[in-house]
Amino acid sequence: MPPLRPFHSPLPLVPARRRFVRGLVAGGVMIGLSPWLRAAAQGLSDTRTGAAPVLSGTNIDLVVGESPVNFTGKPRMATTINGSIPAPTLKLREGDTVTIRVTNRLREATSIHWHGIILPYQMDGVPGISFPGIPPGQTFTYQFRLEQTGTYWYHSHSGMQEQTGMYGALIVEPRDADPIRADRDYVVHLSDWTDEDPMRVLAKLKVQSDYYNYHQPTAIDFFRDVADMGLSRALDKRAMWNQMRMNPTDLADLSGATLTYLMNGVTPAGNWTGLFRPGERVRLRFINGAANTFYDVRIPGLKMTVVQSDGQNVEPVTVDEFRFGPGETYDVIVTPQEDAYTIFAQSMDRTGFARGTLAVREGLSAAVPALDPVEWLTMADMMGAMDHGAMGHGGSAMGAMDHAAMGHDMPGMKHDMSGMNHGAMAMGHGQHAMHGMAGGALAKPSATVRHARTEYGPSTDMRVDMPRTNLDDPGIGLRNNGRRVLTLADLKTIGGPLDPRGAEREIELHLTGNMERYTWSLDGLEFGKSTPVHLKYGERVRVILHNDTMMTHPMHLHGMWSEVETPDGQFLVRRHTIPVQPAQRVSFLVTADALGRWAWHCHLMLHMDMGMFREVVVS
Amino acid sequence: MKLIQGRFSMKPRSLFTAAMVLLGAAPVWAQTPMEGGGHAAHSGAAAAPTRAESPANAPSATMDHGSMNMQGGPAPADARDPHAYSNGLTLESGPYVLPGPRQLRLSDEHAFGSVLLDRLERVYTKDGNATAYDAQAWFGSTYDRLVLKAEGDVAKGKLEEARTEVLWGHAIASYWDTQLGVRQDSGTGPDRTWLAFGIQGLAPYWFDVDATAYVGSSGRTALRLSGEYELLLTQRLILQPRMEVNLYGQRDEARGLGSGLADAAAGLRLRYEFSRQFAPYVGVEWAGKFGQTADFARAEGQRTRETRYVAGVRLWF
Repeated sequence: MPPLRPFHSPLPLVPARRRFVRGLVAGGVMIGLSPWLRAAAQGLSDTRTGAAPVLSGTNIDLVVGESPVNFTGKPRMATTINGSIPAPTLKLREGDTVTIRVTNRLREATSIHWHGIILPYQMDGVPGISFPGIPPGQTFTYQFRLEQTGTYWYHSHSGMQEQTGMYGALIVEPRDADPIRADRDYVVHLSDWTDEDPMRVLAKLKVQSDYYNYHQPTAIDFFRDVADMGLSRALDKRAMWNQMRMNPTDLADLSGATLTYLMNGVTPAGNWTGLFRPGERVRLRFINGAANTFYDVRIPGLKMTVVQSDGQNVEPVTVDEFRFGPGETYDVIVTPQEDAYTIFAQSMDRTGFARGTLAVREGLSAAVPALDPVEWLTMADMMGAMDHGAMGHGGSAMGAMDHAAMGHDMPGMKHDMSGMNHGAMAMGHGQHAMHGMAGGALAKPSATVRHARTEYGPSTDMRVDMPRTNLDDPGIGLRNNGRRVLTLADLKTIGGPLDPRGAEREIELHLTGNMERYTWSLDGLEFGKSTPVHLKYGERVRVILHNDTMMTHPMHLHGMWSEVETPDGQFLVRRHTIPVQPAQRVSFLVTADALGRWAWHCHLMLHMDMGMFREVVVS
Repeated sequence: MKLIQGRFSMKPRSLFTAAMVLLGAAPVWAQTPMEGGGHAAHSGAAAAPTRAESPANAPSATMDHGSMNMQGGPAPADARDPHAYSNGLTLESGPYVLPGPRQLRLSDEHAFGSVLLDRLERVYTKDGNATAYDAQAWFGSTYDRLVLKAEGDVAKGKLEEARTEVLWGHAIASYWDTQLGVRQDSGTGPDRTWLAFGIQGLAPYWFDVDATAYVGSSGRTALRLSGEYELLLTQRLILQPRMEVNLYGQRDEARGLGSGLADAAAGLRLRYEFSRQFAPYVGVEWAGKFGQTADFARAEGQRTRETRYVAGVRLWF
């Protein structure tokens, strides 16, 4: 099948826009500050960007305040911790009890959440759930014992402060020798910045949800398709999308039209650089601290060996590229030999990229790849597996089914599958649910789709009846791109599950939304209409997340690990944030060993803020 | 069409209903069925009984093997209870809850709002020029909002014709809101006040549809239908076809209106979006008066068919 053409030149042609997307080379923050801003900034030093300062020990002081930044030529005020973006890297030690005093110098309440850290719920930092928040002028003392090791991060959980600069790395070093050996160790913290007020951005999306999408299907694309594939196929390619009022280019709510993509707080033009000597083993701790951006990360010319995921060591797997969403982390080892390599992190919607360089000395750079073409979402992204294997026919005589015929020949469908990419998709892959029913009823995740009754109203725009359960799909834009791309199925946490018990019961939650209304929810209910999910203290429960939307949602459960399993019920990987692809169904086991109230939400900030959020009570 | 009949056969075939069916908008807020889906044709699968699905679960069985209802539709009787996992706990009560009223309120509980000037234009015709406006504002939540609509035209400093509506908009389906409120007509002739009931939303294939029925004093009824489409020539150059039809249940000579189809307009506007919120445009519109309304117009020496050239700006904030 021929690849779809790009609809848009990868980089805007207008010089002003180019500067906007790629950013300013260096600060020059105070120059050009409007008088009132300068007054506001008086006594404030510029925000420090680039490699963050490191704080370690068991007593740490953090101060939240405003400080000026200038990423695009427009001076703005950021919300920062100790005056830097990213915030200081906290290097803590396993087994230590740390005391972290956070002082609020803002005019509004703030908070800090320690993302992925297992701790008492009162220390988790979610205002309104764990504690009342930190009022202006006050100091809150966090204290907790570090029971784990690895790469994590921390960020504000108040309003839009995370988007405006409040995020930093948190590294817990093992008490004994780190099994991951490296000669160099860098945090690569990816984020995104908007010059707009994030609340205003949200208000615009409430009016027009495709406000920032400049990759929409156009008449020109249509005529190009007519020329390429003929009129009827060009019409068919669009029929279902148009009938359902869904947009095949709806990959991200925010794009390069408002975002500047940052690596360690530095714009692409600024080119954050990490140094090495040829032949050294360099550990890169990738953290996605963006508010809204999935990044596809690669280092042309270098293989990356993934050794850790969400802070948990995994069996090493060598790849060319990985995708990760807000909240997720990956540690990789690279062994560079040449003088310079580009760390290239393009946004999933292909409207821009964050970029830095690994080099033998400052000032070098390597070629920066072009953005990959924009791809339309496929029918599989909208409708799932279209394969009965995932529909709860487990144990029946499904062996006789011809999967190839299922996938490629859809009688009665009348819709050309032009957008489909059969090679990397659900068909014929991993429909393990079909093979036998060994073990107890809960030995493997239920494949029967159960929509909530609240999914049949105005809060949703679609429901997937035949989800994909395979975990080996790298996702839209990465399928068959000629590179070895990491998938969830590649990840195996070393040492197996923390809790050997199987699931005692199942919880099925559906990820829902209505793009046109710009509302996001779980089971069709936004947070304000929801009730908490209750877990009995000590129980081992299976959670099934079923995505009834066309977007990928990084789902973050606070306070407890999420142990992802295969569709067969085999343990895969321990995570704190799980990306669930469109029309996908992912299951994981949770041991409810953390008393208290916890947050559970999509880590795309605007989705969280619109209500894709649940409270979890363990008692 | 089966769906339409199923949905409407029990209701009086009012002018409104008929018009809705005409527009093809009726079935879409019910559901978007996709016939076949390739599964009914798959005899092997159809023959295999589904685990954990009772035979009584007809909607679900249909879903599995017949058509796929990916959007809208009624919830099956055995649909999952979204509160089933709560064990009676709420955000305000139960163990570990923070004291006092609930503090965490996200944007799903906040109000938003917007004012759209869909058309603010100068109109050029053979008989003279005018300024026309068509605005819609809303304020409220995702599902319930106050909606204001205002449309009218001013010629030679005088308000010729104006329609202003204040409505409660309520979401009833994925892409559809009902609207209930009042309409005030002013301008030439005596003012008229109406009760308004309508729907507004997005029909399949991205047609913006607004259909409202009105009931006034002295048994007056009216129906207004309008539709718009946005054809993206490029990411910023957008062609907007637009049509509008007004029908009345009885004649209103004082305002120059006859019963039945009174007037219709169809236009094409080409705009360039310098930003999403600011887009100047040029366009052309054909307008006509029909039936008794046309008779009244002729009696006054007015044209009943008219080509209008327009230039204006679309903006929102």
